[in-house]
Amino acid sequence: MVKQLKEKMMSSKESILQKIKQNQPKELNELPNLEPLKESELDVLEQYKSVLKSIGGDFVEVSNYAEITDFVKEKFDTSKRILTTLPELSEVANLDWTSDDPHSLQDAELILVKAHFGVAENSALWITDEVMGQRVSTFIPQYLAIVVNKKDIVAKMHQAYDRIGNQEYGFGTFIAGPSKTADIEQSLVLGAHGARGLTVFLME
Amino acid sequence: MSSNKTIPHSEAAALFNKNEERVNWHDETLWFVREKRDRSAHQIPEWELLRETASQIKFNVLSNIHDYLVEFESNAQKNGIIVHWAANAEEHNVIVHSILEKHNIKQMVKSKSMLTEECHLNDYLTNRGIDVIDSDLGERIVQLRNEPPSHIVLPAIHLKKEDVSETFHEHLGTEKGNIDPQYLTESARQHLRDVFLTRKAALTGVNFAVAETGEFVVCTNEGNADMGAHLADVHIACMGFEKLIPQREHLGVFLRLLARSATGQPITTFSSHFKKPNDGKEIHIVIVDNGRSEQLGREDFRNSLKCIRCGACMNTCPVYRRSGGHSYHNAVAGPIGSILAPNLDMKKNADLPFASTLCGSCTNVCPVKIDIHDQLYKWRQVLVKEGYTPKVKTIAMKTMATVLANPTVFEIAGKAGRFTMKNLPGLVNNKLNKWYDQREMPEVPEESFREWYKKNGKATKGKNDEQ
Ligand code: SF4
Repeated sequence: MVKQLKEKMMSSKESILQKIKQNQPKELNELPNLEPLKESELDVLEQYKSVLKSIGGDFVEVSNYAEITDFVKEKFDTSKRILTTLPELSEVANLDWTSDDPHSLQDAELILVKAHFGVAENSALWITDEVMGQRVSTFIPQYLAIVVNKKDIVAKMHQAYDRIGNQEYGFGTFIAGPSKTADIEQSLVLGAHGARGLTVFLME
Repeated sequence: MSSNKTIPHSEAAALFNKNEERVNWHDETLWFVREKRDRSAHQIPEWELLRETASQIKFNVLSNIHDYLVEFESNAQKNGIIVHWAANAEEHNVIVHSILEKHNIKQMVKSKSMLTEECHLNDYLTNRGIDVIDSDLGERIVQLRNEPPSHIVLPAIHLKKEDVSETFHEHLGTEKGNIDPQYLTESARQHLRDVFLTRKAALTGVNFAVAETGEFVVCTNEGNADMGAHLADVHIACMGFEKLIPQREHLGVFLRLLARSATGQPITTFSSHFKKPNDGKEIHIVIVDNGRSEQLGREDFRNSLKCIRCGACMNTCPVYRRSGGHSYHNAVAGPIGSILAPNLDMKKNADLPFASTLCGSCTNVCPVKIDIHDQLYKWRQVLVKEGYTPKVKTIAMKTMATVLANPTVFEIAGKAGRFTMKNLPGLVNNKLNKWYDQREMPEVPEESFREWYKKNGKATKGKNDEQ
């Protein structure tokens, strides 16, 4: 049965590809130049902040990790489970969870990670599994906080992909604001399945 | 959903139109989304360049798709992803089922995928004893109601809070009569969190697949694709082969366009790039044809394969907004659905290219510059020629063709038309004229443009000639 199926799938592959080759347009269309799209007059930091606010996220400007620690102590319930991949935050958050079963993160109240960089035009933050500890860590907690250096904010998505280049990762994601839905009569609700709130720490 | 019991679009639309208040509300809700799209697009000075660039990338994809697919497969395999090929819906369903069987998995969580709707995967799996739960909130709502989604981006856009409240009360035990979206969403969150935590397999769609790197990107606002995929052992991603793009950097172009065109957001909350499976886990990709290679060969319609499924053409379409997604009896509704559907089944979907005013609004908003209304017009010609259209429309089309082809007849017909509308309105505003359903006919001008031009245009032309 499995062998039969395998053979069938093989032949499907061949026939699909053959049909495509036969039917695709003969004239070759060159790829366009992306350079003109990179021009920008954005004030990146200001743009970043205003877009983030407009999509339901929040930011705090900080000059060091101690300020983040203080902020977490003041604003979050530290009796609940708080996790991070950043050793600098070990005073308020647990570091020893990255090889746990991902399901065990279900009761995380807050997870703090660092982003490689941010994008001004849409306030997205680029995060890969190298900095997230577990792939599910930026989706499963009740609240999410992400640290990014102010100097690491680029203008647009084109600059973002220039920066990513051919970087290796198993999983990477742009995160822009907290999880949200508007599926019920277009009323915006924050916290669909993922984090109910996103705090971005903009670091000097 | 049997193919011989399809209600034609005009009849289904007439049913939808019975509740006038609801139609107006539906119309306004979608227009609101369209306006959000406009505001968002206007904030990007290079918007038109962006559309043009996206369109050119997609042209390149279409003319190289064979090589890009081969490249994608080999790179994905190098990344440790298992690649499958499905010639049609049936093969797609068999492949998905066999992966679940191999792992002895009886329950699966799904995030939004219009392709699986196209293939009727849920029914297929359910009939084989697999429990499938859709996790996108809108999809979950329509799934509980046993309905298909009515929109590719906003699956439950046709429902009111009261409907959702009723559905959740019945299936999730929420408080009767509580219509607060916050409360209802929270209930769904709790219910689906349990699902995410217990499923061993997750299925997602694919928004873009990158030939150069063998990775694929899934965009959601809710994070449901990620919750499913990262908590399960097996992740199955299903894609039509046209989702391919050449290089990673091209994602920058499409991610800027997708959400802005869809809902007016600057980007979806999560744009997740899946490149390699985690240790001990599996990622499968099912690459599906199901009529796409056929469409690729139809020169007039191949551009429809550039579609990135943003839904903008639906939100702007005056017919979609007033007839509802279900009236299109196809997984993808609205203008683009009406181009894709006849390719799959000309007989069954012959009515759909006629469900358009050809006003061109769809073409104007399309982020990849598909000539949507031209293609709808071309489908009409093909369908008439092949004899698939209903009689009344065939006669109307033939008459139209004669009239348009002959200037004298056109002029007389115009005069006669204006005379009739003015003096015998009953002849136009009656049940036989499908156009008059749900519409007021316009005021009749005193003279036609042609007559006006004869008098005034000549004078202008004369002046120009003197210069
Ligand atoms: S045809 Fe264009 S506007 Fe319509 S869904 Fe596809 S990409 Fe969007």
